[in-house]
Amino acid sequence: MKHTISVLVDNKPGVLARISGLFSARGFNITSLAVGETNDPTVSRMTIIVSAEDRILEQVQKQLHKLIDVISVSDLTKRDYFERELVLIKVNMARTTKQKLTKLLDKFSATILSSSKQGAVVEVVGDNKEISKVVKLLEAVGIKELVRTGRIAITS
Amino acid sequence: MKRTGAQILVDSLLREGVRVIFGYPGGSVLPLQDVLYDTPMDVILVRHEQGASHAADGYARATGKVGVCMATSGPGATNLVTGLATAHMDSIPMVAITGQVKTHLIGNDAFQEADVTGITRPVTKHNYLVKDISELACIVKEAFHIASTGRPGPVVIDVPVDIQMQTIEAEFPEKVCMRSYKPTITGHPGQIKRAAKMISQSKRPIIYAGGGIIIADAHEELLELAVKINAPVTTTLMGLGGFPEDNDLSLGMLGMHGTVYANNATMESDLIIAVGARFDDRVTGKLDSFAPNAKIIHIDIDPTSLSKNVRVHVPIVGDAKNILTALNKVVKKPETKKWHAQINEWKKKYPLTYKTKGKKISPQYVVEQIYKVTKGDAIICTEVGQNQMWAAQYFNYTKPRTYISSGGLGTMGYGLPAAIGAKLGRPDKMVFDIAGDGSIQMNIQELATAVANKINVKIAILNNGYLGMVRQWQELFYKRRYSMTPISGPDFVKLAKAYGAEGMRIKKKEDVKKAIKEAMAIPNTVIMDFIVEEEANVFPMVPAGEAINRMIGGMA
Ligand SMILES: Cc1ncc(C[n+]2csc(CCOP(=O)(O)OP(=O)(O)O)c2C)c(N)n1
Ligand SMILES: [Mg+2]
Repeated sequence: MKHTISVLVDNKPGVLARISGLFSARGFNITSLAVGETNDPTVSRMTIIVSAEDRILEQVQKQLHKLIDVISVSDLTKRDYFERELVLIKVNMARTTKQKLTKLLDKFSATILSSSKQGAVVEVVGDNKEISKVVKLLEAVGIKELVRTGRIAITS
Repeated sequence: MKRTGAQILVDSLLREGVRVIFGYPGGSVLPLQDVLYDTPMDVILVRHEQGASHAADGYARATGKVGVCMATSGPGATNLVTGLATAHMDSIPMVAITGQVKTHLIGNDAFQEADVTGITRPVTKHNYLVKDISELACIVKEAFHIASTGRPGPVVIDVPVDIQMQTIEAEFPEKVCMRSYKPTITGHPGQIKRAAKMISQSKRPIIYAGGGIIIADAHEELLELAVKINAPVTTTLMGLGGFPEDNDLSLGMLGMHGTVYANNATMESDLIIAVGARFDDRVTGKLDSFAPNAKIIHIDIDPTSLSKNVRVHVPIVGDAKNILTALNKVVKKPETKKWHAQINEWKKKYPLTYKTKGKKISPQYVVEQIYKVTKGDAIICTEVGQNQMWAAQYFNYTKPRTYISSGGLGTMGYGLPAAIGAKLGRPDKMVFDIAGDGSIQMNIQELATAVANKINVKIAILNNGYLGMVRQWQELFYKRRYSMTPISGPDFVKLAKAYGAEGMRIKKKEDVKKAIKEAMAIPNTVIMDFIVEEEANVFPMVPAGEAINRMIGGMA
């Protein structure tokens, strides 16, 4: 099962290496990882998505907590929370137009950042489901390049 | 007053109460060496940085204080790595200071540069690269705090040489303030109550005690609990000395080379009270069949140890001394008469034995004689292999900090430098290194350290001409195809003398006792080269991957 783990850490060099080292040394697989400063510049928040059974997950959380630079660890999966990811997609425009594209993306929170004959750049924000839908739609049109931020999450 | 980085480092060490530092010099620690030149600290020059790390570790294990070592950048620092990993696996409080290239050269593949924080991250509890002299005093304070609290471990402080030379108005923090590091000390009262209830209802309880007993200084509380509830106690290799083995309740060590009765009792128990132990694979054997009818109470300061390998019914996170004290206040004695009758039967039926006939010296006999001659009043360090296991089996440990051995990592070459560290920490004690002829060659250069600093240790080589433990596995599981395990060595007697130590060779059984007595009387480091039975085995033994009551060998 996928879990969304939110980790507050000291904003120091080496912390990311410690955390990724922990995951690789113990053979835990990270699906998604996003890091950024919080409103307190000495603290960063990491949102880590891992796919693991409950027993492994418990170990992951404890191991994270054991790291000296980690302030708190919480599994958001069992709580009410919002999860978002931002994706930038470069779309092939050979078989479509900006107008058609706008219509296609109508129901999503998507913005066309630029558009030319070479291609259009689309920005999409949403939860995992919405992003998957958009990606699927655009795959039919033709995707040249795709970048995602990794998911971030916050409790409601 | 303005102080240099190197001065601040040394001042900080003194403030932490450091008396001894083991180290080796080099270009990136020259400023530090210069300050150490006139400190009241003992500065012990080793002959290899690995020796410094093990000596600091041995010092820590013998005293309970933080062991300190230092090395220069690059190769000096990488030579410490095995010692850090050894200390990390066994939760030993240690601080290692490494020199680093100048701040502006970091990342440039400078001469003798190594990414020390990167290399040591997985084998330390924490590490620091000092980038600003103003942080130095604080970092040292934190490092000692982290190394010695919670589940202890080694901490590395990597200090660029320019930071050692810069000056600043020195300020020393009185306290550490870390928002992210607060180990749990007191156990949850509700959990302690549940544990007490479970104990009073048990019929076949067993206490399984690990190194945590020794680290937490909880041996008295453990004894009190055992007596109070009249439960047998088995210890891990790391727990040896945590419970007096001359007590009737002692079952000795459990696990791969444990006693039959300790393993049987563990397997048949209905309640395991685990204290400061981590259900390591050398202890549990085949996990699926481990103690099938037992409920488990697990007391440990490290939450990651709980429910890691086995399912625990009552986990209690906290300091063992604290929790046992609380538990002792509420616990009631269960009815265990039948259980003890069963255990006594096993004890009678399956005592620890070895071959005593034959002309050659049995290695077990040597250990037994060291026990007899010292009357158990000694610190026994070991190398790794059969020597380590025989030293565990045939010496009766009754006090904490008397069996010093690389348990988790199994580092050959650990024993001699650890013995040097232990002797410096406990000069009042007779310190032995029970060694194998293979292992002793891995850090033999530290003989020079011992002799030069008049640190008298007694090295008993159980010389079987083999990397014996590996040979034993080949004998049992690889059709006696002794690939890579016959090993030769130098003439250890001549070698000892060349280093300025004393050497003796013992070939006859009847000379063993006399030699030990003689060695103890010599005011110098001594190598006793015991030529022992070549193909003696460590028995009993649980073959890898088997349940721990499926033991082979040694059952007369
Ligand atoms: C540094 C290191 N290398 C290899 C091993 C694997 N190993 C474990 S025991 C052993 C043999 C030790 O031989 P010796 O020191 O003669 O002890 P004996 O078993 O003969 O008593 C070896 C090679 C190890 N534990 N540590
Ligand atoms: Mg040998």
